[in-house]
This record gives sequence, structure tokens and C-alpha cells, in this order.
Amino acid sequence: MYKVFKNTMLSIFALAVIVPSSIVVLGAFKKDNEIYSNPLALPKSWNFNNFRTLIHEGNVFTPFKNSVIVSLFSVAITLLFASLAAYGIARMTTITGRMLFMLFSLGLAIPGQVNIIPIYHLFVKLHLTNSLVGLILVNIALTLPISIFILTSFFKDIPKEMYEVAGIDGAGHLRIYRSIALPLSRPALGATGIFLFVICWNDLLYPLMLITQLDKKTLPLTLIDFRGEFATSYSMLFTAIMVASVPMIAMYIFMQRSFIAGLTAGAVKG
Amino acid sequence: MALPAVAVYSFLYLYPAVQNLLYATERWDGVTKPQQVGLHNFVHLATSDDLFRRIVGNNIRFTLIVVIFQTAFSLLFATFLLKNTKTTIFLRVIYFFPTILSSVSVGLIWTFLYNPNFGFINATLKAMGLNSLALNWLGDTKYSLYAIAVTQIWFHTGQMVIIYVAGLQQIPADLYEAAEVDGATRWQQFKNITWPMALPTTAVVVAYTTIQSFRAFDLVYSMTQGGPQNSSDLIVTSIYNTAFASFKYGYASAQSVVLILVVLLVTWLQRRTLRIDYGVKK
Repeated sequence: MYKVFKNTMLSIFALAVIVPSSIVVLGAFKKDNEIYSNPLALPKSWNFNNFRTLIHEGNVFTPFKNSVIVSLFSVAITLLFASLAAYGIARMTTITGRMLFMLFSLGLAIPGQVNIIPIYHLFVKLHLTNSLVGLILVNIALTLPISIFILTSFFKDIPKEMYEVAGIDGAGHLRIYRSIALPLSRPALGATGIFLFVICWNDLLYPLMLITQLDKKTLPLTLIDFRGEFATSYSMLFTAIMVASVPMIAMYIFMQRSFIAGLTAGAVKG
Repeated sequence: MALPAVAVYSFLYLYPAVQNLLYATERWDGVTKPQQVGLHNFVHLATSDDLFRRIVGNNIRFTLIVVIFQTAFSLLFATFLLKNTKTTIFLRVIYFFPTILSSVSVGLIWTFLYNPNFGFINATLKAMGLNSLALNWLGDTKYSLYAIAVTQIWFHTGQMVIIYVAGLQQIPADLYEAAEVDGATRWQQFKNITWPMALPTTAVVVAYTTIQSFRAFDLVYSMTQGGPQNSSDLIVTSIYNTAFASFKYGYASAQSVVLILVVLLVTWLQRRTLRIDYGVKK
């Protein structure tokens, strides 16, 4: 009885993931009527026509490039700033360290979404709307608290003696950070980086508010536009979803462990 | 060394958060000069805005459904997938997969699945002869919110399964062995070992899911945009629309202050109840 129940439940949820995913992948190679009549059947002929149309008519290359730029820079700068701050917090046993930690914890209590209105007006004043730099700045500010939170706990796990020995040898803080803290926490940095990359790559709310110019849009925005544009063409929509998801899927296949570790650390620590 | 982080964070997180509190006491269309109105926005929200009250209700219902089902499913699946074998690891990887997709992609995929005419769900139901169950999932005020909740559960259950597996693997195996020697059934083992030992993990999962549900925006925006007739509107979509479609910035800020309060209140309540739970069980 238990076995039957277990296997049934497990299969149902596995199918619930596999079936929609297959519909999208197969749909990207199909014509619309093929999708509507039998979404799970194999395409009549495998070809990249949809992808070609998407590149020419949908001009999907620009948003793809924008998403890559925004995500890479956001992640790199956040990791740098957060690891510096986390190192400081982890090493400072004084009141300053605790105060800093409290300060960043505030950011975990206030959901980032509540700042959309002041950020919007601030960015209008600073001419940072319709700007990739603006998006990068927002991403950094929004993800700093959680990144600092995760990294501080990793830096604290490094045995104190490691830091102290280096200190006796005359290394300054910057040197200890660079040659001890960073190399020893490479897996943590990797996992956090992936976690941040997924957030930046998928973000909708802030780009929606800050970006109106076509040449500055990121992929999630473009997908929303396509919904209107190709309202009746799911083959085009599925192709666009494929293009938007390919980098994530590739990373997931090659770096499964860090991926899962990063995304769960984000949840547990947050 | 914390200087760059403190600078960016103060200027683009804390400063806006404070500014938000100021906006909440103003009436402002973004063009003319803002007008100080004190607590008027909050009074209006609390007493005469039926729509906002309904939206808060929607969000609470959405959160309850997602928290209850997502937590139950992920705990159930985690107990099934506890041992590290090839099959369980493979299934965990499959289950986790939706988590890496963007919420807009997930929203658009499910919009197709839910489509009343050619969507996969209704096609399957009709093929099974259940025509009366083939409803207009996203287009009916009765179902739209629940349809989005199902999508949200599909989206994040895998992530919670992983968290539960990590938590459950900490439980010493000899507890189960001893229980088995004593002839405890599976249900008794779950009730007396797994559930109490997993409470700290449950606390994490529930807290995270709750906050995630109160922050929800992307799925609603990409699936129904809050419709039909605001039946699937949530707090963040309401803030967004009030500000960027109706240009009532002050009023939208007041709504976001309400969101902060709701989130803080719910987190506090959860911490309290779960702590009381520990006290009793230990």
C-alpha cells in the first residue's frame, strides 16, 4: 500500500514537471496548429524556423545581450562588495561588526519590492531610467543583504587560527581577505554567485518599472512583450522561453550541485 | 572594508525605505507638488478602500494555500526521497528544475496549460470525458487566484524538497531503527520522529514560503494581471498598479507600508507559534 502510494505520488509530480517542459521544448520546433492539436507529439519536421523568425522579427538578440550584461556585472560587483563587507563583519568582534550586521539584517526584514516607488523617482532624478547601469545598481542594492548574510556565515566557519597565523606573519586585512578568506570560501562564493545570477536573470519588477526603451529591455520584459505581440502564436512564445532559459539550463546541467546549494542557501539563510 | 557595501546599501535601500515612509503621508501624482496629508492614506486604506481590503484578503488566501500545500508536498516528497540512490537523486534534480526558470516563463507556460480552448489541462480533461471540469481557469473570478497558487506550488516545491531532505538527513537513523524494533508503523514513525525532529526545517520552509507569497508579483503579472475583476490581484501588483497605472504614488507607498507591517506581523506570529511548539514537544 505504502509503496503504491509513494510511487504514484512521485510519478505524478515528476510528470507534472516533465510534461509542461516537453511541451515547450517540442513546441519550439512546431507550427502553431501542431501545438494546439497535440502538444506532446513530436514535431513533423525538426527545424529552426521559429528560432530564425524570433531572431529576425522579434530581435531577441538585444534583450539577450542586455540580460547577460546586467546579470554578469550585478553578480560580480555584489560578490565583491558583499565578500568585503562579510569579511569585515566576520572578523570584527567589536560592536561595529554587530552593528553592521544588524544594519544589513534590516534589509532582509524589508521586502525589496516596497522600495519601487522611491527608487523610481530617485532614478528619474538621476537619469538612471532606461539604463543598464541603473538596473545593475538596483540589483546590487537589493541582493547585498542576503549575500552578506550567506557569506558572513561562511567566513565565520573558517577556523580563526587561519586568520591569526596570517596576521602574525604580518599580512594586513586586505591581504588576509584575498589570500585566505576568498580562496577558502570558493564553493560558497560560487553557490552565492549562481543564486544571485538566477535572481538578476529572472527579475521582472524593477526592469518593468525602469525600462521602456526597446533597446534596453531585458529578457523577462521581452517575454512579456511577446505575449502581446504573439498572443496567438504559442510556437513563437515557446521558442522565446527556450532562448531565455537556455543559459540557466546549461548552467544547471553542468553545475547542478552548486546550483542547488546556492538556491537553497539563499532560502535557508534568508 | 564594508564601506562600498554600506554606501550602495544606504543610498539605494535604506534611504528609499525611509523616503517611502514619507511618501506614504503625501498625496502625489508625480507631476504637481506633493501635498502633505498626514495619516489620511492609511485611514482611507483601512476604512473606505474595499478593493484594497479584498486584495489583502486575496493575498492571505493565496499565502495560506501555497504555504499549506507546498509545505505538505515537499515534506512528503522529502520523506520519499530521503536516501541517496540514483533514482532519488535523479528525481530531486527533476523536481528542482522549475526553480531555475524565470517566473515570466513559468507564467506563460501555465497560461498555455490553462487556456480554456486548446490548453493542455482542459484537453486532457475532455479526453477523459470530464467535460464539466474543463473550466476557464484564469478567466473566471472563482478560480483565477487558485490557478495561480497551483502554478506557484509547482514552481517552488522542488526547492523546498531539497531543504527538507537536507534537514531530514540530520535525523539519526538509529531512531527509526529503534522504532522499527518496537513495531512502530510508518505513520507512527512519521508522527513521533520525523515531524518533531523536522520542526526547525519546517519553520524555515514556512517562513520562506510565506514571505515569498506576500512578495508575489511576476506570476500574477504574466498570467492574469490581477484579473478578472481583481480576483487575482495581490498586494505587490496593487502597489504597482496604484503607482504606475493610476499615478497615486503616495497612496501606493502607504500600501507598501501595509505590506511591511503584514510581513513583520506574520513572521513574528510564526516565530512565536513555532517556538511554543518546540516547548511542548521537547
